[in-house]
Amino acid sequence: MTALIWRDVRRYYAGGGATLLVGFFLLVATLFPFAIGPDATLLARVGGGVIWAAALLAALLPVERLVAPDLDAGVIDQLVVRGRTPAMIALAKVAAHWLAFAPPLLLATLVAAALLDLSAEQLLLVLAGLALGTPGLAALAVATAALTAGVRGAGAVAGLVMLPLAVPLLIFGAGALAGEGGGLQLLAATSLVLLVGAPVAAGAAIRAALE
Amino acid sequence: MTLLAARGLAVARGGRLLAEGVTLELARGGAALVTGANGAGKSSLLRVLAGLLAPAAGTVERFGRVAWMGEAAALDPERALADALRFWAAQDDVPAADTRVAAALAAVALEDIADVPVRLLSTGQRRRAALARVAAASAPLWLLDEPASGLDAAAVARLELLIEGHRGGGGAVVVATHQPLALPDATEVAL
Repeated sequence: MTALIWRDVRRYYAGGGATLLVGFFLLVATLFPFAIGPDATLLARVGGGVIWAAALLAALLPVERLVAPDLDAGVIDQLVVRGRTPAMIALAKVAAHWLAFAPPLLLATLVAAALLDLSAEQLLLVLAGLALGTPGLAALAVATAALTAGVRGAGAVAGLVMLPLAVPLLIFGAGALAGEGGGLQLLAATSLVLLVGAPVAAGAAIRAALE
Repeated sequence: MTLLAARGLAVARGGRLLAEGVTLELARGGAALVTGANGAGKSSLLRVLAGLLAPAAGTVERFGRVAWMGEAAALDPERALADALRFWAAQDDVPAADTRVAAALAAVALEDIADVPVRLLSTGQRRRAALARVAAASAPLWLLDEPASGLDAAAVARLELLIEGHRGGGGAVVVATHQPLALPDATEVAL
């Protein structure tokens, strides 16, 4: 399991995935000041929400590369023959995807917060929210990747599958920023539900893709 | 001792029945040769035997670990050949991964290019690399899907030698192929 997680993480960073992700995330975050104007108070007010939306889109970015290439290359076949269940493989992929995209994303958030003129306490709330929400996002991304593996134009379909399911994370994440009580707890709970459910769904999808 | 027992297997793909009534039992040292035209279901039957595909009817029992060689090499293209093989050898739950990989590379005559990235290998070399992964697994049962495709005459001879050595050491093998391959006393499964 550890070797499998490490393999995916290494391939992601070696393939330049982290640079791509940070670049994309910061680009989306800088689009908003252009779109709504340079009003600092307005930017500071919407900044946290902007970061959450950008994080959601960034998590979606590598979905096509999470499961489909391993199915095509016969890697999943080899793992199943060695007695690893598809759900275990999916769980390893969730852990690997989180290790690959959450640390660069949290670092990039520091830059985005400066661009959007976020206060220190807002930044802390965003970072705490992302730390709690990204495991759920990673689980969702792997489930989406497994469900859309082998589908033509998987990238576009993946967006349609994943973004609606990510709405609860967005609502609770942004809700915590607005100072609503229990936002972070609800976010953690949603993340946990996704972490338990998504590998099972992804495992079933991988099993179906093997047939 | 039996390593593989399949009884009354039916293989279907996409709702189409490809083969039925396949019964096969392999003991230590045994071999089976699956033959048939393109699309007859050779690969699907092998996937059923490996447990990758559910049979439409019948049962498969495997006793002990299985080494699988499918169409795809399953070796990370950016890694050196020996490293890519070591990854799988470490997944095999048997000790001494490094020794097993070195021996397997020598058996398929690839030891000279052990540090060349997999993406630079030719089709035939990739096939031999996949064979090295099977040999390194030290599993009693080998399931090989078209192991000779893309191999030159010398490599086919080495493949036959490798299979012979495996059977001599108490292993069994199922080979699906449309190419002539010397498998003495093999049970033939014609689809």
